[in-house]
Amino acid sequence: MRRNAPALVAVAVAALFFALLPFGLSDYHRGLAASVAVYLIAILGLNVLTGYTGQISIGHGAFMAIGGYTTAIMSHYHNTNLILTLPLAFVITFGCGVLVGLPALRLSGVYLALATFALAVSIPQLPLKFSKFTGGSAGISASKSVSNSWLYGVSWSTAAIAFLFTWLVLRGRTGRAFRAIRDSEVAATSSGVTLAIYKTLAFGVSAALAGVAGSLFVLATNGFAQPNEFSVTLSLKILVGAAVAGLGSLWGVLLGAAFIALLPTLSASAPVIGSAHGQDVVFGLFVIVVMILLPTGVAGLIPRLRRLRAKA
Amino acid sequence: MVELARKLPLPQRRFPASPVLLLLAAACIFLTVESLRSTIFAQLTVAGVATGVVYGSLALALVLIYRATEVINFAQGEMAMAMVYVAYQLTLWGLAYWEAFFLTLAIAFVFGVVTQRVFIRPVQGRSVIAVVIVTVGLFILIDGLVEWKWSANQRFMQAPFGNKIYHLGNVPIARQDLGTIVITLISVSALWAFFRFTKLGLGMRAGALRPAAARLVGVRTNALLAVGWGLAAVLGAVAGLMTEPAEYVLQPTLMQPVLLYAFAAAVLGGLESPGGALVGGIALGIFLNLLPSHSWGFVTSALELPVAFAALLVVLLIKPTGLFGHRTVRKV
Repeated sequence: MRRNAPALVAVAVAALFFALLPFGLSDYHRGLAASVAVYLIAILGLNVLTGYTGQISIGHGAFMAIGGYTTAIMSHYHNTNLILTLPLAFVITFGCGVLVGLPALRLSGVYLALATFALAVSIPQLPLKFSKFTGGSAGISASKSVSNSWLYGVSWSTAAIAFLFTWLVLRGRTGRAFRAIRDSEVAATSSGVTLAIYKTLAFGVSAALAGVAGSLFVLATNGFAQPNEFSVTLSLKILVGAAVAGLGSLWGVLLGAAFIALLPTLSASAPVIGSAHGQDVVFGLFVIVVMILLPTGVAGLIPRLRRLRAKA
Repeated sequence: MVELARKLPLPQRRFPASPVLLLLAAACIFLTVESLRSTIFAQLTVAGVATGVVYGSLALALVLIYRATEVINFAQGEMAMAMVYVAYQLTLWGLAYWEAFFLTLAIAFVFGVVTQRVFIRPVQGRSVIAVVIVTVGLFILIDGLVEWKWSANQRFMQAPFGNKIYHLGNVPIARQDLGTIVITLISVSALWAFFRFTKLGLGMRAGALRPAAARLVGVRTNALLAVGWGLAAVLGAVAGLMTEPAEYVLQPTLMQPVLLYAFAAAVLGGLESPGGALVGGIALGIFLNLLPSHSWGFVTSALELPVAFAALLVVLLIKPTGLFGHRTVRKV
């Protein structure tokens, strides 16, 4: 307990900060802050898979789409309570994640990247095909829309639960198995880790978190689920957010989420390039520079600095 | 077909497994017979070959880089798209189409070399994830730069082949399809000749095959990696310039679907096999062109991408090394 004391204090301070934050924000900024939480959950999910288990995925936008459509469809057709659709999205995308994880057992590295990329491209096309049920390219809307304050509260509470959940999953036996697989599959197998079980589990957990994020993502866009919201770009954004934050670090996730959620607003006033396209240029450059200069992401900077100081 | 460098140059591994050859032969016979029976089928098949060679050449660009560095360049399509915009700008400045075409290829080479030197070299040798993310960053960056310079509005370029239509018996064949096939095949053969007959090409094959040994005998492998990126960019530019007239309009999303199909084509043929990439591209082009009219109305345009990727997934699961790839034994 004493060892964890600083971390507990940090958690308490963070919780207090995020609980009090909405009172100091305008309605618009509350919505923006909520979207940070949404990305946080998605990146958290990707981090479980890519950062901790070493399995790359460029397809998390697809799981977000499944979660998002779950919420919109349940609310639209069955008038389900919006909050109840979150655990439902969790369960459904967990199942989808396991289903994807099974074939992914045979793939690694570049091949896995391509297969998950295929997923990111294909899934958003399906609502177009089955447009009677899903509304086609116009999308489908939840039966009621929510205020930004509601969104802020629900998103950040969900983010806190997701964070706790991930921490619990990763701290014990399961987390050790994940990390063992990441570091060396052969070594993991020979120490008794069943690759099939833990890899599919990692896929399931990761997809489930992305699915919940997708539900909130839909609620954040006026309750509308549309195929082009879940384009490949969304998957790339999440991957980029996770990479910038530092794969394999839970705390960095917050930075990554803030980065991708706030960048469009911040870069609107980018000098020289101007508002409309500055976002992509800044985004792309930043990612490349971070990857080249900071292999462990921004979150890895702190331990590195600490090590440098210890050496000096 | 195209032999760049072989991971395992054992004679018995030089040819694809015989079931694959049989399958391809059967497919060819089926296509020929059906084409003779139905004009529309023949027309769709030829158009499919034309789109297929474009997928194939972009897939070849991916394979070129994959063989040298074991990395997939997610920015390959966007690099090609940027080069089409360069060609567009050159024609605006008064160059004739074909002058702009060849000048663009030269620019593409330099662009590829510089990209490798500046962005990829620093992360070379790090994990696959790191390099993939850098190319994803490049994807976004190039997109942003192009939209900044030329805006996302649709542009129109002059058509290189016009819209004349030839008739082969009853089968109408667009001059543009024919032109696309010829240009792409010329560039692919030129590449093959480069790897087969020049010292530089030989050096690159050696560098991909046994980097350490190649360095020992004086091949400057690092410099040659950059050349490889340059050549891949040139191939991509050809693919882009051939896609533009098929799409009629030029916009920043020009190459995104093509890149996706190129991925599928490369995996279909085996990521290691240049010939496979081309065959995979052509097969995919024909398949996708015939599918909407031969699937009892189930596969509409919305389902084309999912179907292409379902094919990719099935290939990955049944034969992870692709149709023409071969298993490499990895040391732990």
